[in-house]
Amino acid sequence: MSEARDDILGRVRGALGRDPATVAARRQALTASLASPNCGPRPQPVGDLVQRFAERSRSMSSTIDTLATTNEVPAAVARYLADGALGSTAVCWPSLAALDWAGAGLEVAARAATGQDLVGITGVFCAIAETGTLMLLSGPETAATTSLLPETHIAVVPAARVVADMEAAFALLRAEHGSLPRAVNFVSGPSRTGDIEQTIVLGAHGPYRVHLLIVSGD
Amino acid sequence: MRQQSMHFAARVGDRLADVKLQANLKKAKGKFVDMRAAAVREFDADAAACAAAAGRDDAVTFAALRDAGAAIRSKVIDDLDLWLEIFEAKAKASGATVLWARNGEEVCAHTIEIARRHGISKAIKSKSMLSEEADLNAALSAAGVQPVETDLGEYILQIAGNEPPSHIIAPVIHKTLDEVADLFAREHGKPRKTDIPALTREAREALRAHFLSAGMGISGGNFLIAETGGVALVTNEGNGRMVTTLPNVHVVITGIEKILPTLEDLATLLRLLPRSATGQTISNYVSLLTGTKGAADPDGPEHLYFILVDNGRSSLLEDDFRAMLRCIRCGACMNHCPVYQTIGGHAYGWVYPGPMGSVLTPLFTGIERALDLPQASTLCNQCGSVCPVKIPLPQLLRTLRERQVTRQLRPRSERFGLKVWAWLAQRPALYARAASYFARYLGWLAGGEDRIRVFALAPQWTAGRDLPAPQGKTFRERWAAERGR
Repeated sequence: MSEARDDILGRVRGALGRDPATVAARRQALTASLASPNCGPRPQPVGDLVQRFAERSRSMSSTIDTLATTNEVPAAVARYLADGALGSTAVCWPSLAALDWAGAGLEVAARAATGQDLVGITGVFCAIAETGTLMLLSGPETAATTSLLPETHIAVVPAARVVADMEAAFALLRAEHGSLPRAVNFVSGPSRTGDIEQTIVLGAHGPYRVHLLIVSGD
Repeated sequence: MRQQSMHFAARVGDRLADVKLQANLKKAKGKFVDMRAAAVREFDADAAACAAAAGRDDAVTFAALRDAGAAIRSKVIDDLDLWLEIFEAKAKASGATVLWARNGEEVCAHTIEIARRHGISKAIKSKSMLSEEADLNAALSAAGVQPVETDLGEYILQIAGNEPPSHIIAPVIHKTLDEVADLFAREHGKPRKTDIPALTREAREALRAHFLSAGMGISGGNFLIAETGGVALVTNEGNGRMVTTLPNVHVVITGIEKILPTLEDLATLLRLLPRSATGQTISNYVSLLTGTKGAADPDGPEHLYFILVDNGRSSLLEDDFRAMLRCIRCGACMNHCPVYQTIGGHAYGWVYPGPMGSVLTPLFTGIERALDLPQASTLCNQCGSVCPVKIPLPQLLRTLRERQVTRQLRPRSERFGLKVWAWLAQRPALYARAASYFARYLGWLAGGEDRIRVFALAPQWTAGRDLPAPQGKTFRERWAAERGR
């Protein structure tokens, strides 16, 4: 139905009074403007961004543990799962497979999550201090389902990857990846709904719990 | 969705008499208003604190954010044809297919054709108002594709016998917990529960099976990003992520006006949308979906389709109504509207209720098919003052009223009355005398009471309220007396 396309674009052009003589130049100008995006008004938090990230995450109903090194992650996960009686099995992103999970008494499989998995462990691309938000990219090693299907999502957040705001996160993404992956997911706390009598309930379709392990060192 | 907006007056009467609905509306009233106000205050305080910490004296404000949001949306609308072409080229380059639909029928035809091509028998849907415009669910069912609504509110409406939503972001705001409990007990065949978390878990379990088995996901789109050729989806429940991650085919159905140029523009609009809609700082999930699953990716759809829909939108590009195309569908205007708060969303009789609906319905479906909607406003500008993209809603409603008059669509009695009034108003002496007689006539009608309960000249006006009786002399008479003293 390219007929529909021509029809719609024709109607839009007609209504806007588009002059065919200048359209090419205008298109070029707009395309060029994409290369130097402007940031709008934003609070731009400064100072201890990690602390702000933690505070904002708590206000979005995430829970937080702070660790010195990545090696402490398995023990921290084991502690959290034991405290909540959440079992001892999980799936994780392959990038976290090398950690000593068995040593912490956990059975962790490095694969994408299915509908049966109850705990998913991920890393992050970065984290956003302004709103307490995780930024996750889909990819061969970073399944999108791991942070979505399980009832509990645990994310390892390196303190060095906490940035001020979404604009900074996009700048980082452009610098490190160039183009966007299939899915960029911004996650701010557990899933929720307020549809029944505007009463907020945690755990609608996604996780009931989001637990963050902020790692200050390597 | 079958249009009922021409029967507005009758529907309002029904809604006002509906005790249960009135109780629900009373309960919800003010919640969204308070939450938005708190979120705006918090943004301003936070921005001021951030500026102070950095030693800057140029703290941003929510007001400045609204200006920026309006400017971004206007920039897109003013060059909409070119932004559409840029978006289309980027989307295609990322591996998506871009289709165009002039109207609802073409939306249905495209979607059914996609379902046939991929052998789909079940489609999971995240909330899309455009699919309501197109009546997509009925068309899918008729074509042998089972549509499953997955937003909790939309799911409740679907199992309630395909009821229409009454709010664009809180679709079941008109239903009580008891009604939902009854519905779930009947639909799920499980013991009746009245605990909201337990009901939510029951829906989660019922829908999880659908998420894992459907071949096609259908979503709306909060924004299309020209820079990347992708779509941004904002949800709280996570159903939007499910619908766009699990099935092998993803169909995005959006209006042609939903474009934003860059990711930075998205960041700005995302500071406005959740605060204006639900008073949240940010929604739980914001997903940017661009292109299809890579060869080594463990999840994601292999096929991504965009259906870009006009369905009346291009007709809003004329100067008088162009501002309406800035709308980002947050619902703040209806949350703050005293008329919406009193009659609920169903009374408006089409997809979009409240002030934005009273502008969109006549423009999308024909001015003569929604004559009462532009009148159903006190023009108090509560809506305009909270709109995140500063759409002058009262002004648009007034322009629609003018159109009705110039197209001679107002009732003959009203036109005659206005003509008489205009004739009198141009003759001050006569006007003063007529006003004085009329005031005395009304006083006589009131018969000593302070109100008139039935006014024979306009019986409809006193059907729902009393007419206050005039307090004796007219203003001019009293003024003349004061001056003569």
